Amino acid sequence: MVRFNMILLLIVVVCALGVVTSQHRARKLFQDLEGEQERARQLDVEYGQLQLEMSTWANHPRIEKIARERLRMVTPDAIGRVIVPTPAVAAKGAR
Amino acid sequence: MAVRRRPQRGHRFTESPVLQLALQGWRSRTVGLLLMGAFLALVARGFYLQVINNDFLQEKGDSRYRRDIEVSASRGKITDRNGDMLAVSTPMKSIWAIPGDARTMAAPQKQQLAKLLDMSVRELDGKIASEKTFVFVKRQVPPETADRIAVLKFPGVHQEKEYRRYYPTGDMTAHIVGFTGVDDKGLEGVELAYQGSLLGHVGSRTVIRDRRGNIVEDVGATKPPQDGRDVRLALDSKIQYLAYSHLKAAVETNKAKAGGAIVIDARNGEILALANWPTYNPNNRQTLSGAQLRNRAITDTFEPGSVMKPFTAALALEKGRVRFDSVINCAPGRMTIGSATISDAHPHGALTVAQVIQKSSNIGTAKMALGFPPKEMWEMFDSIGFGQAPNLGFPGEVVGRLRPWKNWRPIEQATMSYGHGIAVSLVQLARAYTVFAHDGELMPLSLVRVDDNPVRGVRVFSPQTMREVRAMLEMAVQPEGTAPKARVAGYRVGGKTGTAYKVEGGVYARKYVASFVGIAPISDPRLVVAVMIDEPTGGAHYGGDVAGPAFSQITGGALRTLGILPDAPIQVAEANAGKGRL
Repeated sequence: MVRFNMILLLIVVVCALGVVTSQHRARKLFQDLEGEQERARQLDVEYGQLQLEMSTWANHPRIEKIARERLRMVTPDAIGRVIVPTPAVAAKGAR
Repeated sequence: MAVRRRPQRGHRFTESPVLQLALQGWRSRTVGLLLMGAFLALVARGFYLQVINNDFLQEKGDSRYRRDIEVSASRGKITDRNGDMLAVSTPMKSIWAIPGDARTMAAPQKQQLAKLLDMSVRELDGKIASEKTFVFVKRQVPPETADRIAVLKFPGVHQEKEYRRYYPTGDMTAHIVGFTGVDDKGLEGVELAYQGSLLGHVGSRTVIRDRRGNIVEDVGATKPPQDGRDVRLALDSKIQYLAYSHLKAAVETNKAKAGGAIVIDARNGEILALANWPTYNPNNRQTLSGAQLRNRAITDTFEPGSVMKPFTAALALEKGRVRFDSVINCAPGRMTIGSATISDAHPHGALTVAQVIQKSSNIGTAKMALGFPPKEMWEMFDSIGFGQAPNLGFPGEVVGRLRPWKNWRPIEQATMSYGHGIAVSLVQLARAYTVFAHDGELMPLSLVRVDDNPVRGVRVFSPQTMREVRAMLEMAVQPEGTAPKARVAGYRVGGKTGTAYKVEGGVYARKYVASFVGIAPISDPRLVVAVMIDEPTGGAHYGGDVAGPAFSQITGGALRTLGILPDAPIQVAEANAGKGRL
């Protein structure tokens, strides 16, 4: 009887320690999760900032200025244009 | 074998003489009862505190490790139809102080803080000299600067997260996008019109923090933050740029006071571009006041002038009163109705209905209009949206002025037929022209992208009438018409010029509003483009000379951007190529 009780006691102690450890691990994991979520938020913010930066670099006035002034590009006039029909239009024309 | 013996003089414990005392039994029982009673009292108290009245202790405990934290939500983005950013929020910090505590800062610390915040020490002193318990030292500080301030731990100086709105396209889209205030609330334009969906809702969560301030567990209910929804406008930023830059050029070359331009997709009523001049930079808060904030195309009305004539002609055709080639005598270029005389800018002889529109004859249009009952004409104006708000949901939309038909005098009916005595906004005018472009259906306009095609309009005229009117509009941009400068190389376009006197203090002043509203391409209308130039003073003042070239450039660029096949015969394109440099 005494031996059986001792075994039960041992099991209880082991279980209690298990609860403590798993709680600790759960909190650790939760902290990691928090950290990753924070990182996700930061990256989201950074993404927004990069989008902003991209649209600043890619704004039309700037592109036109570079194209015209630095690269000396001009809009071709009507004679210089060749219209290549898209497959859909070409198919319609063939029908 | 050694035998252990008990010491002789010893005696058993139970035989100890001390225990031989004959004490009465009740004494031990009393002590036992008292101890038992004390235990019971403790258990009862414990039960009371832990189970019955546990709020107080629970609260005390919670206050030591539980925290309610706010989860911030950001305002939605505004993008153009292709996803290009027009307005984005990015997090910033506001630096605030408790003045009482902040005054304890040492002089070198103050200098350091002032330097980081890019302000003078005196300015900083002024802020913290306040008697209040809370002052903003500086708002919208970049996060990097705020982090450096946080590390230095200035006494009484704290920070809070906030958002700042950026408008990468700046003055180009300022009027349509609008702007927000410091507290992230929309104040103008789409920012205000779509405030409800753009606005984010902060969430909250209750957490347990450990000794180091790390969040270790979520407890209780969490309310997830709701970020504002993104708004995708119908605007095409490239077409917007074309409209904006050519409008600006037209205003500058004609030394005009102001101007507006609108590009509408005739198939579904989407507003592809809406530009105004003068404009402002929404990123610079110092410029956010004054007349340049007005979205003239939507909030200002003007007497449109001759751009109204095609509607009069359409009504006459629709009712079968005239045919495309009916002849109207417009000689000698003057006409007296009641006590007033109206005249043509250039006297004409006999003109067909089509030529009346092509050459923009006031007399010809008035003669057509005088054949209508006033009610019929009013109903036509009403059905194409004049005298009604265009229902864009945009703040400050105007309804214009269309007087009730019952007290129209004949002279008023005559002048209204060519666009005087009636006031409309540019957006109303452009919308009315969707009737011509969409085979007689008036299209509802939309600021946001429309995904469900096809959009149904309200039928006003028959498709046959519209084909005839389109032919007239195309004639107006021919060399014999009023607006040869509005032609677009490679495409067939049509439109109508308007040169209206401005009304100042109830009388017509010698100031003009030059306009041009057109549709393109004529063979399969896709765009309605309206250009208005207010008070041109650079010599030319006719709609065809002032607004026509801007129309041509905006339309040509927009058609190419949308990848619409040129519909003009190649010879015409070649003939125009030399003139119309795009």
